[in-house]
Amino acid sequence: MVNMSVNIAGVELKNPVTVASGTFGSGMEYGDYVDLNRLGAVTTKGVANVPWPGNATPRIAETYGGMINAIGLQNPGLDTFLSRDIPFLKQYDTKIIVNVCGKTKEDYVDAVEKLGDAPVDLLEINISCPNVKEGGIAFGQNPKMAQEITEAVKAVAKQPVIMKLSPNVTDITEMARAVEAGGADAVSMINTLTGMKIDINRRTFAVANRTGGLSGPAIKPVAVRMVYQVANAIKLPIIGMGGIASAEDALEFIMAGATAVAVGTANFHDPMTTVKVIDGIEQYMTKNNIADIKELIGCVK
Amino acid sequence: MSYRERVVITKTSCLATGIYEMWFKTENMAKVAKPGQFVSVYSNDGSKLLPRPISICRIEGDELRIVYRVTGKGTGTEEFSKMVAGQELDVQGPLGNGYDVNAPYASKKAILFGGGIGVPPMLELAKQLNCEKDIVLGYRDELFLNKEFESYGNVSIATEDGSCGTKGNVLDAVKALGIKGNVIYACGPTPMLRAIKAYAEENGIECYISLEEKMACGIGACLACVCKTKEKDHHSQVNNTRICKEGPVFNAKEVEL
Repeated sequence: MVNMSVNIAGVELKNPVTVASGTFGSGMEYGDYVDLNRLGAVTTKGVANVPWPGNATPRIAETYGGMINAIGLQNPGLDTFLSRDIPFLKQYDTKIIVNVCGKTKEDYVDAVEKLGDAPVDLLEINISCPNVKEGGIAFGQNPKMAQEITEAVKAVAKQPVIMKLSPNVTDITEMARAVEAGGADAVSMINTLTGMKIDINRRTFAVANRTGGLSGPAIKPVAVRMVYQVANAIKLPIIGMGGIASAEDALEFIMAGATAVAVGTANFHDPMTTVKVIDGIEQYMTKNNIADIKELIGCVK
Repeated sequence: MSYRERVVITKTSCLATGIYEMWFKTENMAKVAKPGQFVSVYSNDGSKLLPRPISICRIEGDELRIVYRVTGKGTGTEEFSKMVAGQELDVQGPLGNGYDVNAPYASKKAILFGGGIGVPPMLELAKQLNCEKDIVLGYRDELFLNKEFESYGNVSIATEDGSCGTKGNVLDAVKALGIKGNVIYACGPTPMLRAIKAYAEENGIECYISLEEKMACGIGACLACVCKTKEKDHHSQVNNTRICKEGPVFNAKEVEL
């Protein structure tokens, strides 16, 4: 029997595997394929204080070993989310991480305040979505603004706060230090890399938003490198993500310094990926006589 | 209920230039499939992550048949077209709502429209609909599956180049032949569906159309494949609905094309 439990900002996850926001809804649609009780946590799709309609279609395009998405954070708003999605998730023995998006500092604060009394374990603040014109990534590319948003959210948050970092910056450690200085309890990384695909038959952009976020196995080496850099720059726990499709991928992130990991785009390829990753990590630990997963976190120096 | 299965292909063939059929054996999918639903077909090439959503053309015992167009060189559909009986694929489904063949309107005299790669899903619908029906099939030039419709209703053809049937589109055929019905079912390219939706509204005919859009998850989680709706959607709380989950079949008056 190996110990796979990890601790993120005082919240105990039974295993280090969650999902990347936006790839799993609130878990409802995955019920035919996955026992949600198996997951360390479910990270919900970004939700704002009010409903957002998202971008025009086409919203996605496949690329080699990955995909580009520009959904534009379509979401039903917190009122619906709190009355429908949270009660659904509470039926399961898994932690709940709610991803919060906003267009202004006030939006974030409003949403976080509304979530204060909800039975939610952790908040993940999305300051890194590349597909919305205002807010989103603007806060995630400027260290001063990232710190300000973190401080504003922390001032009202009743749950520990994870800041989700963008890879679309010159030095991600600068952003990590900024949110740490702002009082963040953890970071998650990486969000998608801004990309573009041209549809040569229609002679236009493959996604209506022109650019979109690149995700999937294609970005994994970039994500592992960034997790390693940030793990060596700050003291906060890291939830690592970016192209994880197998236990081997997840172990790379953990050894680079991630305390937990998230499966994202791979959920679209195989909805059972999360469970396969959990089982695979356990098998690796058993085979290599690792009693506690904490022995592996950041073991590559 | 939908399933993820590693299926064994039982038959493949080319029906027309770039149009292929594939039959495969399923454990559960065929048992619960309905006309108008689709399956997500996954490439065996690890560099292609997303499923190809393909409509169900035929449900026979424990087998499903899909008919699809090869969309280009090096594509997933090209890979499928080269596969033969005995080979295996990952398939998920059946997905989406499908047509309701037990609805009160389903006994009315129907017009079934299929355009291009929108023809295949109409075949299982034609088989299951127990009513008087006209079937109008539109093609650019080369025909496929049209003979198989003949045992289910009166089949009319429209071709863009006029090589067979009425020269023009499916509505040109309706006008030329004086075809009339009290309920419409349609699948095809968006311009065709837009015209059929307008035709149905002008003539006060109930109309059900099947839409398509680029999909990532195929099960309603990612919100990639949405279409605009007249009213606020119950699930999304905005004027947007999920084609893969609430659709792909919609009452035409509820969506904006």
